[in-house]
Amino acid sequence: MSGQLTFTYTIDGDDFTRAGEASSSVKNKLKMLGVSSDAIRKVAIAMYEGEINMVIHADGGTITVSVSDDDITMVLADKGPGIPDIDKAMQEGYSTAREDVRSLGFGAGMGLPNMKRFTDEMQINTVIGKGTTITMKVYL
Amino acid sequence: MKLKDILEFPECRVLSQGDPEREISRVFCCDLLSIAMGKAPADGVWVTVMGNRNTLAVASLTDTACIVLAEGVSLDEGTISKASEEGIAVLSTELPAFDIALEIYQAGLS
Repeated sequence: MSGQLTFTYTIDGDDFTRAGEASSSVKNKLKMLGVSSDAIRKVAIAMYEGEINMVIHADGGTITVSVSDDDITMVLADKGPGIPDIDKAMQEGYSTAREDVRSLGFGAGMGLPNMKRFTDEMQINTVIGKGTTITMKVYL
Repeated sequence: MKLKDILEFPECRVLSQGDPEREISRVFCCDLLSIAMGKAPADGVWVTVMGNRNTLAVASLTDTACIVLAEGVSLDEGTISKASEEGIAVLSTELPAFDIALEIYQAGLS
């Protein structure tokens, strides 16, 4: 690979049936680019969790994925309510998801912890009432 | 153990066949998709009672070979055809999750 490739996705809010489409698409593209299956799995899991979070909490947003020689960078930006207590949100099992979301199998409080576990770098910028931007990197 | 060995289980109904020659790694049981997302093994058989479109998304992203829906749970037609497209096997059984997982384990993964 040489140079940098960028893919951008718009995530619909509250559409659970389509959540995962962007992650799937990225997964297929990375496979075609010859990225290792280990790195693809990490990116797919982290991005899917992010996608689900955007659907549950932020009424959607945008995801930009850039592939360079050294890493894959995912930037997830939403205009949602923001995260009041990041330390709490990073704890496994802590969730503010609605009951209907839980009944679908989500809201176990594993989203952000999974995103951190499966990436090499993760940075959260959040402003209450304005939105959240999460930047994650997986090294190649 | 190959996927085709599981496809032949008499108590399972095959909704999507996947690749019968695929080599199976492990059996995994979980109903919370967020946990399955982080823990489901690649090339595994995932036993769950959570049958919705997101189950397939998680299986696809984790490279799960086969979803086994326990307790008579099924999937809608659209999701089943998407599973076929993606080469993921989907089976449905009336058995509880533990029973079918144990059976698969004893049939070739122990």
